[in-house]
Amino acid sequence: MSPIMPEVKAVPNVSSGGAEPLPAGTDVPSTAVLSTRDLNVWYGISLALRDITIAIPRNQITALIGPSGCGKSTLLRCFNRMNDLIPSARMTGEITFEGLDLNSAETDPVSLRRRIGMVFQKPNPFPKSIYQNVAWGARINGYRGDMDELVERSLRRAALWDEVKDKLNKSGLDLSGGQQQRLCIARTLAVDPEVILMDEPCSALDPISTARVEDLMDDLKSEYTIVIVTHNMQQARRTSDMTACLMLDDGAQHGHRTGIIAEFSPTDRLFTNPKDPRTEAYITGRIG
Amino acid sequence: MSPSDAHFSPKASRRILGPVFGVACFLATMTGVVFLSILLGAVLRAASQGATLAETFDLLGRLARSTRSRDPDLAGFKAGIAGSLWLLGLVFALAIPVGVGAAVFLEEYMPPGRLRRVIQMNIANLAAVPSIVYGILGLAVFVRGLGSSRLAMGSALIAGGLTLALLVLPVVVIATQEALRTVPSSLRQAAMALGATKWQVIRDHVFPSALPGVLTGAILSLSRAIGETAPLLMVGAAATKVPTGLKDRFTALPVEIYKYASEANPKFQVVAAGGILLLLALLLTMNATAIIIRNRYGRSARG
Amino acid sequence: MSAPTVDADPAVLPETLWAGRSRMLMIQETLIGPFLFFCALVTVVTTAGIVLVLGTEAFRFFQMPEVSAVDFFFGTKIEDDPVSPRFGLLPLLWGTFVIAFGSSIVALPIGLLSAIYLSEYAPRRLRSVLKPALELLAGVPTIVYGYLALLLVTPVLKRLLEPLGLRVETFNSLSACLVVGVMVIPMVSSLSEDVLSAVPRGLREAAYGLGATKFEVSTRIVLPAALSGVTASFILAISRAVGETMAVVLAAGIRPQITLNPLTSIETMTAYIVAVTNGDASEGSAKYQSLFAVGLSLFAITLVLNILSGLVLRRYREVYN
Repeated sequence: MSPIMPEVKAVPNVSSGGAEPLPAGTDVPSTAVLSTRDLNVWYGISLALRDITIAIPRNQITALIGPSGCGKSTLLRCFNRMNDLIPSARMTGEITFEGLDLNSAETDPVSLRRRIGMVFQKPNPFPKSIYQNVAWGARINGYRGDMDELVERSLRRAALWDEVKDKLNKSGLDLSGGQQQRLCIARTLAVDPEVILMDEPCSALDPISTARVEDLMDDLKSEYTIVIVTHNMQQARRTSDMTACLMLDDGAQHGHRTGIIAEFSPTDRLFTNPKDPRTEAYITGRIG
Repeated sequence: MSPSDAHFSPKASRRILGPVFGVACFLATMTGVVFLSILLGAVLRAASQGATLAETFDLLGRLARSTRSRDPDLAGFKAGIAGSLWLLGLVFALAIPVGVGAAVFLEEYMPPGRLRRVIQMNIANLAAVPSIVYGILGLAVFVRGLGSSRLAMGSALIAGGLTLALLVLPVVVIATQEALRTVPSSLRQAAMALGATKWQVIRDHVFPSALPGVLTGAILSLSRAIGETAPLLMVGAAATKVPTGLKDRFTALPVEIYKYASEANPKFQVVAAGGILLLLALLLTMNATAIIIRNRYGRSARG
Repeated sequence: MSAPTVDADPAVLPETLWAGRSRMLMIQETLIGPFLFFCALVTVVTTAGIVLVLGTEAFRFFQMPEVSAVDFFFGTKIEDDPVSPRFGLLPLLWGTFVIAFGSSIVALPIGLLSAIYLSEYAPRRLRSVLKPALELLAGVPTIVYGYLALLLVTPVLKRLLEPLGLRVETFNSLSACLVVGVMVIPMVSSLSEDVLSAVPRGLREAAYGLGATKFEVSTRIVLPAALSGVTASFILAISRAVGETMAVVLAAGIRPQITLNPLTSIETMTAYIVAVTNGDASEGSAKYQSLFAVGLSLFAITLVLNILSGLVLRRYREVYN
């Protein structure tokens, strides 16, 4: 049976700096940029995520792993309210970003998304020139600085500049898959976000392109907070500082898939010494 | 050799029926093409009356320059062509923006649900309402102003334009909706994730990507409007002069063709055939342009 | 380029560089929603307008002293008598039925076969030529078909049938059925082709895997699977033939009669409406008002056909979604 959750309880605000005591099984480092408390997400009548309480640490890479269909992407999309685009999606519980209640009526999801960027599973550059791909987001957000400089800076940060500097007017679709994905990252960097959400950013890429994106993530984390969903446990292990392992809830209503967080720990510990037996089963390949 | 081969004895007809059916299907497909050629050939012959191509062009030129007349040697389509061009402009200005707007509203703004399904079904039905019914609507609402002399426009150009605009509106909506649906949702999400508002996403990404499809739909619906006769007969398109403003009485090319074709004097049949050539030249050019735009640019909408 | 200095910049740009959304955009944003809503509203208002206009004007027709609703729906005569005119719908219904039935005999089989050819048999290249050609054909205006009936079809019928002792009138329903039939072929074939192509590939491959021939796959697997969709396209084509005006006016004439002879003139509902508008009936007379009653009947018939087609098509889509 799907538990009927009470509407948002009066929970003290998790401010950006303060690490609230969290339930057992979680291990929270010093400062959280994004945090959720008792988050439940429904699609129609089906409960997709239950009781998600997690705090994303600043300037680190947090990986979300777990078997398919356990709601990793759904959780990621809660962080920049992309779930708003799905009419049947509903939420209870609390998400805060730098002390701001994300789901409150006053929070404008549009200006929020500038501060929390997203990179998608399949590279999805706009069918425009490379330059326009990077410049568009900045322009619509009213960027007043030097646009040429911003485009160059963003492409450099995404480690793409040297490959495209002579063909900025070529279509973004003419690039290879790996280059397209880095273009998408450059596009996200150009609007100067604080957090970058990555939804399986390498699953459509070959190993060499994957390695480049992973190196890039490592470079970026000094300045940005990164949350990455990945199917690839090796990738989570290589790149992330913290790892959350999501699992399907065995007690979920028949025919529905409900995701819960089985374990949230520093990556080293989660992979070498998992506390939760389901996590252990998953990382050793017995589940999923 | 499989031991069970003896158990299978396919009917001999199987070998014959297949190819025969294939040929039948092919011939059925060709009827359209054959018919189009017969049609063009017959009309061309009727118009030229055995004259050379150059003479036929001369005839068409003369028909395009002279107005309606009782004398078949002096009769032409100048007023009709002018009226049709006016109507083209009016339908373009009225039906295309409203139709595209309605499609954007339904696809991008309106949440799915019962109401949207009802409106969608309504549009599908409107697209299949006989054109003459739109003529009746135009007659009652625009020409006669629902009985109020202040609203009545009479058989004016604007009444004809409004009637045709309503007629092609559902066609524009449906074509635009189809074009919008081909825009991948990943494109919308990418733009949204950068902090774009809904309108910015539509204006800068969705609409440019859908443009070839929208353009094709727009041209096809304009050509539909140009070819319509019945609704214009209903709103009283029967003038013989070239209209100079929206309040003038008017006529249109297909209406004049109908009038000439209904004349008893066989010499008028030549005039009618010439008019059909003019009409077909215009419409086939428009439709071919639309189809080329779609085939040329339609596929590049990837992403 | 000022490359080397760039990397040293702080990652976070000063917030003052972001102006946020411009005033212009906010204005667009607030105006565009209502404008688009208004556009969508026009389509709804059009339907309401059609129903209201036809309804009220037909009501006024039936209120007239010289008109009887019973005689309208069941009468078999249309007479222009100044004292007691008769407005019987049945001859017009019959005329419409003849055209719809006759043109279906031409269009449905040919359209379906051509749809099967396009979806199952045609090589890619040929298909990419044939489909636009069919679309061009669909763009030929109906007045041209009517003219062609007079110019070509009826003379050919005369030459073929009159030696057999049959009298072919200048305006006859056979000629109209033929041209209307040809006219709706592109519609049947393109709508049917859409539904045939939508039949999942796996179904075809499964049949081919069992050793079925192309003919067997087309007729026993694909066609039955798409049957409801094909039916929907048939109904829509019939509705189109019912509403067809100019080709019928020019080819079949305007003589209301109930006859089985396809070589004589008839009058359809659409032709009646045109004839009344272009005739000498004065505005407000019973004859003039009768066009609204006939129009309402025509609208009702096509509406039922269209809704029926929509329902059948929805059932088809539900199977494959």
